[in-house]
Amino acid sequence: MSTLPPRPLAGGTVRGVRERIIKWLLAGCAIVSIATTIGIIASLAFETVDFFREASIVEFFTGTNWAPTYKPPGFGVLPLVGATLLITLIGALVATPVGLGIAIYLSEFAKRRVRKIVKPVLEVLAGIPTIVFGYFALRFLTPEVLQPLIPGTQIFNALSAGLVVGAMIVPQIASVSEDAMRAVPRSLREGAFAVGSTRRRVATRIVFPAALSGIAAAVILGLSRAIGETMIVTVASGLGANLSIDPREGMATITAYIVQVSLGDTPTGSIAFRTIFALGTTLFAMTLGLNILSHRIAKRFRERYE
Amino acid sequence: MSATQQSVRVHLPLARGRKAERSLRALLFHVALLLCLAIGILTLATLLIDVMTDGVPRLTKEFVTSLDSRFPAKAGILSSLIGTLWLMFLVAVISFPLGVGAAVYLEEFSQRNRFSSLIEVNISNLAGVPSIVYGLLGLAVFVRFMQLGRSVLAGALTLSLLILPVIIVAGREALRAVPPSIREGAYAVGATTWQTVRHQTLPAALPGILTGVILGLSRAIGETAPLITIGALTYLNFVPNTPMDRFSAMPLQIYNWVSRPQPEFAKVAAAGIVLLLLVLLAMNAIAIYLRNRFEQRW
Repeated sequence: MSTLPPRPLAGGTVRGVRERIIKWLLAGCAIVSIATTIGIIASLAFETVDFFREASIVEFFTGTNWAPTYKPPGFGVLPLVGATLLITLIGALVATPVGLGIAIYLSEFAKRRVRKIVKPVLEVLAGIPTIVFGYFALRFLTPEVLQPLIPGTQIFNALSAGLVVGAMIVPQIASVSEDAMRAVPRSLREGAFAVGSTRRRVATRIVFPAALSGIAAAVILGLSRAIGETMIVTVASGLGANLSIDPREGMATITAYIVQVSLGDTPTGSIAFRTIFALGTTLFAMTLGLNILSHRIAKRFRERYE
Repeated sequence: MSATQQSVRVHLPLARGRKAERSLRALLFHVALLLCLAIGILTLATLLIDVMTDGVPRLTKEFVTSLDSRFPAKAGILSSLIGTLWLMFLVAVISFPLGVGAAVYLEEFSQRNRFSSLIEVNISNLAGVPSIVYGLLGLAVFVRFMQLGRSVLAGALTLSLLILPVIIVAGREALRAVPPSIREGAYAVGATTWQTVRHQTLPAALPGILTGVILGLSRAIGETAPLITIGALTYLNFVPNTPMDRFSAMPLQIYNWVSRPQPEFAKVAAAGIVLLLLVLLAMNAIAIYLRNRFEQRW
């Protein structure tokens, strides 16, 4: 926002008219963002409402048989949601300690030289396209690491997908948490050091709790990203819907199923086609809910030190 | 402003504690943290080494100039390379004016009212929407409603919407970095807001804006899910010639190769990945170069 007082727009002069036109053109660019949101909500809602005219809502949210192309079709979404949650959980279990560990080290312990190496590594990791991670999961992690170590691991499995999704969100958790920790004022650390505290205690007893709201927000954002992830889970965990908690099996997530339909010859306008919009709405609701939660937590529990 | 209210990097020699804590607990803690670092670095190293050992041998001139094929020895990346270049060009042309326009409006023209807060909340929410949902939006609006079909143009529009929040945020940061004195000087000699922006603020912020656009483009190029959803082809044996042609893109081609059962195609996929990473590396290098070369110090 401009901090200066608004400029008078020179009234009805030619220059004034031109100023107004330009201002409206630029406002139009900004309105594209609102149009995008409206577009997302409208296109999802339209087809989803159509979808629920044929499929029952109760079956959708509570059914365990996902077979939209069979006769009779099954529209229970639980296998897909279950797969999404299992993979996200595995990813979070891996990424949260690693990401927070990196963040604490960078923020409280690292010397300049170490930072200079680690920060670019994180940025590179964050910029790698997810299909590359998917290749890594399917062609390296599963055959070279998981299958030798864990008997019974299928070629498509949720564990591989979960681990790699975790690797993908580590940079995000690390950098957002580190920002939260660096925002804790120096005076708190100085006070602790002044009474003889060690760096370890300062990091764990002072800085970490003080930054907790930002850290929680970072983890929740990571969860949201993991839920929306498509290519890693499609490649590593496969396209077959499977209600199971055994991570050695392959199971299609919500996003993987959308990919499967989009790759196939499903005719537009058919019920199977509309399933991807119903699934998209579910996905959108989940990630939006998490994003809003993350924002609220960051705001409400943020400690104010000034 | 007291010293404690500046940047938080603690570099006081005394504030580190004079003696290193010498308990077992401290040692374990330190080891645990270093382990986390090692996991992060090791993952990246393993990934890159694995991809490069499989991919670099296969990355030949024939690979870059041939079309895809059912035979792994003959498969090449040409059509999806051209598709990616098309997308890069169109996305840049579409998202640059829209993103920079929105950033200029939000930073220079708007006042702090409900409308602008609404837009800001909107943009930060859009940044967190999964990319496949953008694909669904593109399918419904660009492919079907606007009748663009499964064309490069539809793909480019979808990707532009995807990276728009990135560009807007980067643009606003760049504009904010221009000190108010520049604008004040222009106003003092009677310039209007637009004249100030056009002749003073925007040129000053341009390197930062360009860096942001290039980073947004590198994100767009790596995206696969929205393109699959709007129906971009995964097997393509022709080169797209117009924006209305059907197309493929490099990440999509890689996905297709990864999914094929023959093990030789894994090496072809790895070669595609190496090429994609090289393209991204080049773009980021350009962004860093631009930032260093034209960075203004106020």
